Amino acid sequence: MSGALSNSSPKRLQHHSRLMVGLLALALVMTISLSAGMGYLKIAWVDVLQVVGGSLTGNAALTADLDELTRIIVMEVRLPRILTAAVVGGGLALCGVVFQGILLNPLADPYTLGVSAGAAFGAALALLLNLTVAGIYSVPVCAFIGATATLVLVIYLSSSAGGANANNLILSGIIVAAILSAGISFLKFVADEQVSVIIFWLMGSFASKTWTDVGLTTAFVLLGLAVFLFYARDLNLLCLGRRAAASLGVDARRVPWILLVTASLVAAACVAVSGIIGFVGLLVPHMMRALVGPDNRRLLPLSFFSGAILLLSADTVTRAVLPHEIPIGVLTALIGGPFFCYLFRKRQTGGKGF
Amino acid sequence: MGFALSGIRFVHPGNTIFDGLDLDLHAGRFTGIIGPNGCGKTTLLDLICRHRTPHKGDIRYAGRPLAEYGKRALARQIALVPQDYSINFPFTVGEVVLMGRYPHTPRFGAPSTEDVDRVAQVMADCDVLAFKDRPITTLSGGERQRVIFARALAQDTPVLVLDEATASLDVCHALTLLDRVAGLVQAEKRTVIAVFQNLNLASAYSQEIVMVKAGRVVVAGPTEDVLTPKNLKTVFDIQARVAVDDFTGRLQVRYKRA
Repeated sequence: MSGALSNSSPKRLQHHSRLMVGLLALALVMTISLSAGMGYLKIAWVDVLQVVGGSLTGNAALTADLDELTRIIVMEVRLPRILTAAVVGGGLALCGVVFQGILLNPLADPYTLGVSAGAAFGAALALLLNLTVAGIYSVPVCAFIGATATLVLVIYLSSSAGGANANNLILSGIIVAAILSAGISFLKFVADEQVSVIIFWLMGSFASKTWTDVGLTTAFVLLGLAVFLFYARDLNLLCLGRRAAASLGVDARRVPWILLVTASLVAAACVAVSGIIGFVGLLVPHMMRALVGPDNRRLLPLSFFSGAILLLSADTVTRAVLPHEIPIGVLTALIGGPFFCYLFRKRQTGGKGF
Repeated sequence: MGFALSGIRFVHPGNTIFDGLDLDLHAGRFTGIIGPNGCGKTTLLDLICRHRTPHKGDIRYAGRPLAEYGKRALARQIALVPQDYSINFPFTVGEVVLMGRYPHTPRFGAPSTEDVDRVAQVMADCDVLAFKDRPITTLSGGERQRVIFARALAQDTPVLVLDEATASLDVCHALTLLDRVAGLVQAEKRTVIAVFQNLNLASAYSQEIVMVKAGRVVVAGPTEDVLTPKNLKTVFDIQARVAVDDFTGRLQVRYKRA
């Protein structure tokens, strides 16, 4: 009997996807060390590994033949930016998987519930009023507060509209985001000379990130990853609809909320640190789904690593390859948009795009 | 493993569905539920599956309050073939059917040989083995419904709840699947609770019939006692004749507008 399932037997797929996760993790490490060597000052990747190894182990002998400048560039300038980009990319991809699954909508992304508009409004307000309540972290803190406040409002709206189903959530998100974007326009209008600061923030950037940024985003994203992986099987069932999921033992009232709120908080943390970076959370889940199927137990770890690699590569291109640094949010939209059109066309014409 | 519902009150916003509903659904029997559109059939199944909870009243399953069962414990007791089987994600047929085994396997565990065998068995029973590796999104409505049926059978529960589970199947597959679950009732004393639109499928397979109209149980009992022209007139407002058909050997309903 078991022969009947051998072709795509769950065990084989599991081994297959474990191998892919391993390969992608390795690719991420390689991308990180290559990227750390690229830039205005070229550094060989062996030297990069020596610097990191030396800093991690405290073994001075490893970095003895390298100058102090190399150490500072790698450890204090490039790595914080690189790691933030990677973690944010992975986090956004994870949130995309979760949102698409819960909202039963392949067009959902981490910002579907208006989190980005809320963060943008919070950040714009902080920039306009020159708030310094939290020192250099005033803007991210205000962005995070804006994002969470929006989340609460959207949830309140959709649940009072008679049951928080997917359509109510998406509609509430759109309404709130529309109001907030009008608010942002107003802030830009009154900002006068500061308008460029607001616009730059909105376009997203990983420039001058610190180890604190790395720590904060990593904490949120890893916590989110743990929650998502714990509920990955339930998320599979929720993809079949609430009623079916409930009949298979999922708490169909609580689990969607836990996942939506967790994903929104992860997205909020990412946006707060980096500004608005679109398309990673929309595209990566689609690409991975076309590659390994929709089972979230495989999809989540793979999306995390590919999202990380993708956004880090994009950031490295804009930082070290292009003659001028383009805002990362603009770059991801410029590459991601057409690519999404391509996938979409491929699906319409019967290919295996999605 | 029967159900006892007493004094059930259930209200949709602005719309009372049930008020003071009493109903016994007997263990080890094939019970058909029939009634006009919007009479509360699906809501009744939702209450039994605990997808919804009544605002008042008491539901007992196997003598214990339904509310006391844990989520997974309940999923090992009651399987549902829902009316809505749209799936937006390209899970393969094999993956969807294997999901029926989730209540029996630990959260992070791999499926056992028993799970895999069981899944292959029900896929053969529901005639979906031929497309086990195809994404469910590429199947027709009827094929998809058979896959969902297979998933519910894979769940291997004492109670099977069918919400118009054969509505989009061709006649041959509908008869095959209903024969299969009727066989489970006969051989293993399982309980089947099925909502039907097709009166002749209801009469052919149900040992007991519950007739619902506007949130009230008009009549419930053994099929031959309950399925009468008079009751059909009350519930559906149709003229009907009910007789054992000498070709199929089963109870058949012929009807026209009153």
